[in-house]
Amino acid sequence: MCGIVGLFLKKEELRPQLGDMLTEMLITMTDRGPDSAGIAIYGDETEGVIKITIQSDTPNEAFLGLDGRLSAAINKPVGIKVISTHAVLTVPADTETAAIAFLEENGLRIMGSGQSMEIYKEVGLPEDVAARFDLRGMGGSHGIGHTRMATESAVTTMGAHPFSTADDQCLVHNGSLSNHNQMRRTLARKGVFTRSENDTEVGAAYISSRVAEGATLGEALEGTLEDLDGFFTFVAGTKDGFGVVRDPIACKPAVMAETDDYVAFASEYRAFADLPGIDGARVWEPEPATVYFWER
Amino acid sequence: MSTTLDMAQLDLRAVNTSLQAAAKAQANDEFVIENPRGSHAMACGLDGAIRVTVNGSTGYYCAGMNQEAEITVTGSAGPGVAENMMSGIVTIEGDASQYAGATGHGGLLNIKGNASSRCGISMKGIDIVVHGNIGHMSAFMAQKGNLVVLGDAGDALGDSLYEACLFVRGEVKSLGADCIEKEMRPEHIELLTDLLARAGADAQPQEFKRYGSARRLYNFNIDHAGEY
Repeated sequence: MCGIVGLFLKKEELRPQLGDMLTEMLITMTDRGPDSAGIAIYGDETEGVIKITIQSDTPNEAFLGLDGRLSAAINKPVGIKVISTHAVLTVPADTETAAIAFLEENGLRIMGSGQSMEIYKEVGLPEDVAARFDLRGMGGSHGIGHTRMATESAVTTMGAHPFSTADDQCLVHNGSLSNHNQMRRTLARKGVFTRSENDTEVGAAYISSRVAEGATLGEALEGTLEDLDGFFTFVAGTKDGFGVVRDPIACKPAVMAETDDYVAFASEYRAFADLPGIDGARVWEPEPATVYFWER
Repeated sequence: MSTTLDMAQLDLRAVNTSLQAAAKAQANDEFVIENPRGSHAMACGLDGAIRVTVNGSTGYYCAGMNQEAEITVTGSAGPGVAENMMSGIVTIEGDASQYAGATGHGGLLNIKGNASSRCGISMKGIDIVVHGNIGHMSAFMAQKGNLVVLGDAGDALGDSLYEACLFVRGEVKSLGADCIEKEMRPEHIELLTDLLARAGADAQPQEFKRYGSARRLYNFNIDHAGEY
């Protein structure tokens, strides 16, 4: 069991409230997933600049002077924003590959990268994880979150969701995949590598490899129905919105709500209870084996 | 007399304790639950004649094991609504999620919107009327009772069916193993007329098709081994 939440705002003026609304939804899903929590938030972006979110178990030492060292390594200016165990580094887009290589060589864990996406995830109760990163204070256009009750791979930061395997793309998952080791090998032969032992990361890598090969996100999500074996409700985030797909058996719950102000996704209706205008929202259960997508 | 229980002030256990005590006392009271906020196990385990209106949407297992009580949810219900119901009436004004009315022995489950997958799975005597559509694998291994669907049914309707009667007005995407269309005889028209009237459904019994068990599977037959 795990909990998934997603929120896509239709109105610009609601952006400052995104973190607060999403955090409330995330905490409500604690009893579906009390061991870890994470959120991907799509916020401000600057043309030509990439944000790399990293994590360290020893942030005081690891992040001290890191921007200077990275700047010297890539020979370009670097910005840094430290939030608890995470830091968001901003680098010129053409130095992204070199910057990520430098960070990994220096023992830092890459949570994700992209023009607008930032990822924060840790082991612990969703409430504590949200407080640690002050998720409530974060603004943005849309975001997805996950509360984890581990069934595959260890309870670690790297095992927490969302998983990001390409710029501005991420995935959260309720369920379990049974052919993830085979798919991991298939992807590795194509040069697509994952960072953890987790099944969901393979799902994320599958989707981003299909997109890299030219598929639309909708086609890639449809591909999961053919190529991934197991139980899943997936929510995939991109720079422009999010997509939802459930496996054909659809035993993992999902509910959606839409008003003039937002589209919301959750594992259970409870997560919607505090959303403004929910009493007048259109609420429905996404159909099995059907891809839904919202984008700006 | 109607009593309002507001879940903005009371927790779920306090609300269910009040409802269960009133049901046990056969008080025939009326309760209104405000702010259910999608709570799980709302109004479950009631075993007496009381009336409960839940103003809003509920989570897992609302009205589970109901006996004699009349429960109405004005919003939508999460998975497993009216699971193992024995008697009484449960009405959902909105949609119901998966396995609505599962294993129900009796009573009427009246869903005004759609029900998703596995509606009436292993039903054992309950009557279920769905005014909208139902999802895949509905009435799987259904043993007794009636499932009436005014809209369409998803894949594998009535798979491995025993003696439950299924009535569908719209399209059936596919029938499950051993489920077949059957003749509508006068007694079925009569049964359906009564069910539609009790559910307040705006439909004519003649518009429905009846589906039931071909009875080829439920006694083991070595010649059918490939179908098990």
